[in-house]
Amino acid sequence: MNDSATVQQAASASTGTKYALELKGLRKSFGKTEIIRGVDIAVTAGERVGVIGPNGAGKSTLFNLISGRFAPTSGEILLNGQRIDGKRPFEINRAGLSRSFQITNIFPKLSVFENLRCGVLWSLGYRYTFLKFLADLTDANERAEDLMRQIKLDRKRDVLAMNLTYAEQRALEIGITIAGGANVILLDEPTAGMSKSETSRFIALIREVTVGKTLLTVEHDMGVVFGLADKIAVLVYGEMLAFDTPQNVRANQRVQEAYLGSHVADAQAGGHA
Amino acid sequence: MEFFIISMLNGLSYGLLLFMLSSGLTLIFSMMGVLNFAHASFYMLGAYLGYTVSKFTGFWPALIVAPILVGALGALFERVCLRKVHKYGHVPELLITFGLSYVIVELVQLIWGRIAVEFHPPVSLQGPAFTLINHSVNGLRVLWGAAPAELCSAADATIRVVCSPFPATRGFMMLVALVMLGSVWLLLTRTRIGLVIQAALTHPDAVEALGHNVPRVFMLVFGAGAGLAGLAGVIGGSTFLTEPSMAATVGSVIFVVVVVGGMGSLSGAFLASVLIGVIQTFAIAFDTSIGSVAQQLGLGLSPAIMDNSYIKLTLSQVAPILPYLFLVLILIFRPRGLLGTREG
Amino acid sequence: MTTNSYTFKPLNVGRWVVWGGFALLLAVMPMIFRSGLSMTVLSQMGIAIIACLSYNMLLGQGGMLSFGHAVYTGLGSFVAIHVLNSVTKGALPLPVALVPFAGGLAGIFFAALFGYVTTRKSGTTFAMITLGLGELVFALALMIPEFFGGEGGVSGNRMIKNGFMGITFGPQIQVYYLIAIYTFVSVAAMFAFTRTPLGRMLNAVRDNPERVEFVGYDTQKVRYLAFIIAGFFAGISGGLGALNFEIVTGEVVGAGRSGAYLLFTFLGGATFFFGPIIGAILMVLAFVIFGELTQAWLLYLGLIFLLTVMYAPGGVASLIMMNLRVAAFGRLRELWVSYLALAVTALVVLVGAGAMIEMIYHMQLSAASGSELKFLGVTLDTKGLNSWFGAAFVLATGVGTFEIVRRQFVHHWGEIQEFIEKEIKRREAM
Repeated sequence: MNDSATVQQAASASTGTKYALELKGLRKSFGKTEIIRGVDIAVTAGERVGVIGPNGAGKSTLFNLISGRFAPTSGEILLNGQRIDGKRPFEINRAGLSRSFQITNIFPKLSVFENLRCGVLWSLGYRYTFLKFLADLTDANERAEDLMRQIKLDRKRDVLAMNLTYAEQRALEIGITIAGGANVILLDEPTAGMSKSETSRFIALIREVTVGKTLLTVEHDMGVVFGLADKIAVLVYGEMLAFDTPQNVRANQRVQEAYLGSHVADAQAGGHA
Repeated sequence: MEFFIISMLNGLSYGLLLFMLSSGLTLIFSMMGVLNFAHASFYMLGAYLGYTVSKFTGFWPALIVAPILVGALGALFERVCLRKVHKYGHVPELLITFGLSYVIVELVQLIWGRIAVEFHPPVSLQGPAFTLINHSVNGLRVLWGAAPAELCSAADATIRVVCSPFPATRGFMMLVALVMLGSVWLLLTRTRIGLVIQAALTHPDAVEALGHNVPRVFMLVFGAGAGLAGLAGVIGGSTFLTEPSMAATVGSVIFVVVVVGGMGSLSGAFLASVLIGVIQTFAIAFDTSIGSVAQQLGLGLSPAIMDNSYIKLTLSQVAPILPYLFLVLILIFRPRGLLGTREG
Repeated sequence: MTTNSYTFKPLNVGRWVVWGGFALLLAVMPMIFRSGLSMTVLSQMGIAIIACLSYNMLLGQGGMLSFGHAVYTGLGSFVAIHVLNSVTKGALPLPVALVPFAGGLAGIFFAALFGYVTTRKSGTTFAMITLGLGELVFALALMIPEFFGGEGGVSGNRMIKNGFMGITFGPQIQVYYLIAIYTFVSVAAMFAFTRTPLGRMLNAVRDNPERVEFVGYDTQKVRYLAFIIAGFFAGISGGLGALNFEIVTGEVVGAGRSGAYLLFTFLGGATFFFGPIIGAILMVLAFVIFGELTQAWLLYLGLIFLLTVMYAPGGVASLIMMNLRVAAFGRLRELWVSYLALAVTALVVLVGAGAMIEMIYHMQLSAASGSELKFLGVTLDTKGLNSWFGAAFVLATGVGTFEIVRRQFVHHWGEIQEFIEKEIKRREAM
């Protein structure tokens, strides 16, 4: 069965659009410096998009804009047809978008299990209640256990997050990101700082846990990107040079000149990840 | 008219004193992320040390020696205590300066006693810097120094003469404040160490990677901040009162100044200091209350209402809490402060 | 996906033992310590425990450093005493036993009012706002005599003429038991709070406020709600204080009291739930007993606080837990020699420093009664060089030997910690 098609249908059924995420004329300046200079893309529901570009191109800024950490200077961001630009992160999260961070952003003094449980509480409707005991919330506890198994940290259930290894913390980071059941997931350099073998294992994990969801990943490892993504978005100096399938992007003249260069040769020589 | 000018100058001098203190606080906060709770205690220490030193050497040498002593103590504290808690985060840093403020207050009371000490300004600064004479016929005149008694009263009952002296101590305060701020500004912008400090203000790691001894820079800045507070203390203590509660009274006001001006903004601190200084000085001078205003407007209010403590409350009674009201208003309407750039 | 699972939840004996023990302790204390002073101290401890626990909801659980918590306990006291006066006059048909609850409601009201502005910011700015608000309320206390009673404060009378089952709240022991009940219920409630979604999200906000927004929670709202709940318990504590002392003066909202809450909660340990309980007990002991022993006790307190922040930021509670952990791995016994040495050398330091401080105080405050004073049974002469040299010598020796012992202890402790780490890894791998 084709998950992305189902998701797509669901998306269009609920909002009448088929795009999970749209950016229209997005611009962001910090003071006099314009970091994002007019980005227009439309991501179909269920698509996996790899965002690539040289350092300083504005990839993290783009994510920060979409997830609500900053407000855009101008332009629109639409999530399932609803505008989310200028909204606060928690409003965007409740609308169905979740993100991970390049620098691990977890709850250091809580255990692995608690970290994941915090991620599910809102989505299960528990809100700000102080009249129920956490131990009695069977759905939250089961979901957290599920997640732990999915990210393969069930043996470290009660270990404090700050005591995990780096790779384990990155896995926990992903776990918290998908915990709330968001349909659009932004992953900011998920494999940053990992070795080759860790990376391939991690990518397999990402593929498993994001089945059927719309995914945007920032990645530097070309092999990973070309293997994992349905579409590639190339961001250079705040502008989107291309947004197309991997083959077309590789063949794109502008992209080759601006960015890919030797990376293309590497990927073609090494094959897909 | 002369009342307005004198009050304005008084307010400005108080505001500049506040800025002397809050600028050091802002610098330390900008650079080290530490809000030095003990800053006002260094102020108090400066006053007391100035008092003791001046008993041996007179006022003017004490003006130099006392701030240096306070600065040295500040640097010592940074080296021995503050540095140890850097790694625990900002809350423990605030807590340790809070603890220091406690200890300093108790030590001061231990050594100098619990009642105010007689810290007088030097003879050259006693008396007025100038006097404004408002003669109802001759108009406004400025006289350097004190005005002789005959000029202040008129034999003729129809002529009104009011002499308003402006204290020399206040004038000196303004002078020192401006000189101090000018030199700090020059130091930061024109010297090499100033450049390092400015860089370390926002990117201490990068500066350290470039080979500068950032911990030593921190120690210097903290010590310098303490020293400046001590200098303000010598002047403030001799102009106002030198007593164990002086740290507490001015302490909370400078924190309000820093928040109202915008955390980390020097210009904001300046604006807020002057604003609060002027407004509070003016407020103290007014004995008007809602009741008295109503009376002047001819509104007949019953004695019961007139006796109500809210109606009876005069502006001068409310003056001490004006800074805090300011704080609440700013937080509601402009949470990042007057000129602040960061969001808390 | 749903699974058919049977969960086996054995009766948590440990939980019943701990809480039962706590209740028993509260009930039995006045029978062990019978004097009038003990009764006062125990009553104040109960009140302080609720106050410090409510404070730690902000500090330890929420990462919010407040310099103005006394506002909420104090305003709770004032409202409670006014309510008590209404009850005494017969204007309000409320049982005296429920008056502290009125204080709690006042706490909710003021926390909701002030908290809206206060919790908009976090970290250092939050701390400064609480400081400013505290000063504001304290200054207002002097300006509005109708509510705050001016210089003399507001007095009340808690005695009921025809009490239920003869309980008039006249004798202190009856008040103690009322306080004990409130204490037990409040402690249980606040502990339960830590196990609810809001309580857990409050911890998450403390650990990583930004991440919390990205899992769907409004960080500010979490803080605001926690602030109100903490205000409720603070108000209850204040209400109990009003009943206990039957008088409320302006200083209950003052900076001194706020500072005391901060100091002692931190000293007791902000990172564990029971830490503030220890802190509260220390606070009452310090104010009631140590204040009688020496005039310099605030100085000692400040120094102890500094040392705690530098070397034991988790407070007494963390020290206890660390040692329990060492004991669990069977390595505690070998440390007893080091601990003994540390205690002895610390005592020497204390004697030397104490002698000097007491002499200075004597010169300051009691100069009229001559230059001699008695310190620990020894006569010291503030004018004599011998006394000063002697004290300095004792102090120097103490500091020197303490440092030697400390280094050796740190070395030993470090070795034990390494051993424990290795053990944990070994057990995990099994």
